[in-house]
Amino acid sequence: MVVDDEEVMRESLAAWLREDGYCVDTAVSGIEAIASARKQEYAIYFIDLKMPGGIDGIETMMEIRKTHPEASIIIVTAYATVDTAITAMKEGAQEYIVKPCNPEEISLLVGRIIKVKNLQRENTILRKKLTRQYSFHDIISKSPKMMDIFELVKDIASLRSTVLIQGESGTGKELIARAIHYSGERASKPFIGVSCAALAETLLESELFGHEKGSFTGATSQRRGKFEMADGGTIFLDEIGDISTKLQMDLLRVLQERKFYRVGGMEEIEVDVRVIAATNNNLEQAVRDGKFRDDLFYRLNVINIHIPPLRERREDIPLLAHHFVERISHELGKEVSGISEGGLKVLMNQNWPGNVRELENVIERAIVTCKARILTEEDFAFLTNNGNHSHEKKNWSVPTNMTLEEAENRIIAATLQRTHGNIKEAASILDIDRSTLYDKIKKYKLPRE
Amino acid sequence: MKAISIVALGEVDEESLSAVETGLWQSFGFDVRRTGLRSEPSDAYDAQRGQYSSVLILRDLVGYVSQEDVRLVGVTEKDLFIPMLSFVFGQAQLNGVAAVISLARLRQEFYGLPPNQPVLVSRSVKEAVHEVGHTFGLTHCTDATCPMSLSNNVRQVDMKGEDLCRNCSIILEENTKHIRARIQAGTEVRK
Repeated sequence: MVVDDEEVMRESLAAWLREDGYCVDTAVSGIEAIASARKQEYAIYFIDLKMPGGIDGIETMMEIRKTHPEASIIIVTAYATVDTAITAMKEGAQEYIVKPCNPEEISLLVGRIIKVKNLQRENTILRKKLTRQYSFHDIISKSPKMMDIFELVKDIASLRSTVLIQGESGTGKELIARAIHYSGERASKPFIGVSCAALAETLLESELFGHEKGSFTGATSQRRGKFEMADGGTIFLDEIGDISTKLQMDLLRVLQERKFYRVGGMEEIEVDVRVIAATNNNLEQAVRDGKFRDDLFYRLNVINIHIPPLRERREDIPLLAHHFVERISHELGKEVSGISEGGLKVLMNQNWPGNVRELENVIERAIVTCKARILTEEDFAFLTNNGNHSHEKKNWSVPTNMTLEEAENRIIAATLQRTHGNIKEAASILDIDRSTLYDKIKKYKLPRE
Repeated sequence: MKAISIVALGEVDEESLSAVETGLWQSFGFDVRRTGLRSEPSDAYDAQRGQYSSVLILRDLVGYVSQEDVRLVGVTEKDLFIPMLSFVFGQAQLNGVAAVISLARLRQEFYGLPPNQPVLVSRSVKEAVHEVGHTFGLTHCTDATCPMSLSNNVRQVDMKGEDLCRNCSIILEENTKHIRARIQAGTEVRK
C-alpha cells in the first residue's frame, strides 16, 4: 500500500511497483490507509511522513501496527531529520527513506523485505504442517513409540475397557486420557479428571463418590461426586498409585459393579463411567510390596499404555520446542520466532526428568528473559549453569576400594544432592521407584538435602 | 494502418530513433511508424530538480493517441523522474497505451565518459522494448538478460539483450492475441 496525499507521488510509486509485479493499493490519507488495513493485510506499507489535514505517517503506522504487528512499514519523507528518523524507527518503521531516492535502493529494499516475508511465511506453513502432521489431539510427536500409542488410542477409544496409563511426570498422561475420551463415542459426554494425590483420603472419598448432608463435619448439603458427574462419560484418576487401601477397595467395587454409595448415603448409585487411571509409580512393584491391591491393579490394567519419557524420544524435542515457542511467544506477546541451532543443541543434551512439562517451562523461562527474536544457547544458560541436567554423562571414576552397599550409598547421596532433595527426580535419574528410594534413604540414613 | 507510433520529443538522436523503430518491430511484431516531432510539455519541467516529470509527459502523450496507434512511445533526450525516485530511464502505463523513454542517462557522456554511439543505440532499443513491453502487460522479468528485467543503472541495461526471453515472449503472445485478431479483422485495437 502506498499512502501519500500527493497524487503524482502516490500514483507514480504505485505504478513503478506494479511494473515490478506487485499488487498495489493506494490511500490518500492515514485514515483511509487505516480503514483499508482493517479489511485487508498488506505486506509492505509506504507511508508519507507528512500528510496534512489528519494523522501523520507515524501515527498512521502506529494504528496499523495494532492490527498488523507483522507488517513492514517504510516511512517516506522529503524532510529528513535525525529526530523524525529516530522516532519512526522507535515506533516500528522497518525503514526510513528520503525521497527522491535511487531506484536501486527501493528495488533492493522491497526485494529484501519480500524475501524475508516469504521465508517467514514458508517457515510458518512448514511448522504448522509439521505440527498438524505430528499432532494428535494436541499431543505433538513424531516418535515411532508415540505413533504406536496414537494408533492404540484410536483402537480403544470406543471401548468401555479400563485403561491404565503409566509414565513419568510430565509425559502427557492426561493428554492421552483426553485423546482416548474425545476419540470415542463418549466424546460428547463429560470428561472428569481427579488428582488422587492432591487430596487427603477423607476428602478424596467425598470428591469421588459425593456425600450426603451431615455425613461429616462441614457437609452442609448433599454433593454429587466425580463418578456421578462423569456418568455416561469418562473419569480420569490421576496418580492412582497414591490412594489409600480403603479407597482402593471402594474403587474396586465401583469397577466391578458400577455402583457405589455416597459418603454417609444409603442409596446405591449406578453409573456408566469409563475409567482411565494414570500413575508415575511402578504399580507392579507396589503390588509386590503389598501397597496396592492386586485385584484392583488387574481391574485397572485391562489396557496398559506406557508413555516413554522425553529422553527416550529425543526426536520430539525440536518439534515440541518450536511448538512451545510459537504458542508461548504469542501468549506473552513477545516476538520470538524460533530457536538457534546452538539453542536446540542445548535442549537436545538435557535429560528432562520433568519431561514435556519441564521443556515447556524451560521454553517459557527462556522467552521471558530473552532479548532477541531467536532463542540461543545463552537463553538456556540456566540449564547448563545448574549443571545437573546434562545428558552427556560426566566421567565417573568408579571407586574400587568399597563394598557394593557403600557404592550405592554414595551414588544415592550424590543424586539427592544434585536434585536438591527432590525424591521424584532422584528416583527418575536412578531409574528406581520412589518407594524403593525411600527405603534406601532410610537404610543409609541419608539426608534429603 | 494500425501501428506502434514513435514520437520524438524535441531533438532526439536519429540513429537511436531508427534502431528503436526496428527493435520494436522485431520484438512485438506490429508495424512501427514515426510520427511528427513534438516537444515535452512545459509544465513537465521541474526547475528544482532540473528534470522532466515522466508522469506529466505520459499524461500529455495519452492525449495524442489516435485510433491508428497500437501504442504511442515518446523518446526524449531530457532526464526524467518520478517524484519518489532520483531518476527513471523511462515510464509506461502498465497495460496502457503510452510509454516514454529518455536517452539522457543512456549516454556515456552523462557519466563523464567519451561518447559511444553503438552503446547508446543498443541501450535505447532495450529501454524502448522494456517500456513498450509494460504497455502490453509485461512486468519485470527475473532473467537479467531479458529486456524486461528491471534496470536501475546502465550496467544492468548493458547486461540485457534486445530480445525478450521465452517466458516474456509467451506472455506477450497471450496478451496481444486479441489485438492481433482485431487488426486482422480490421477493427479498432486499443484498450
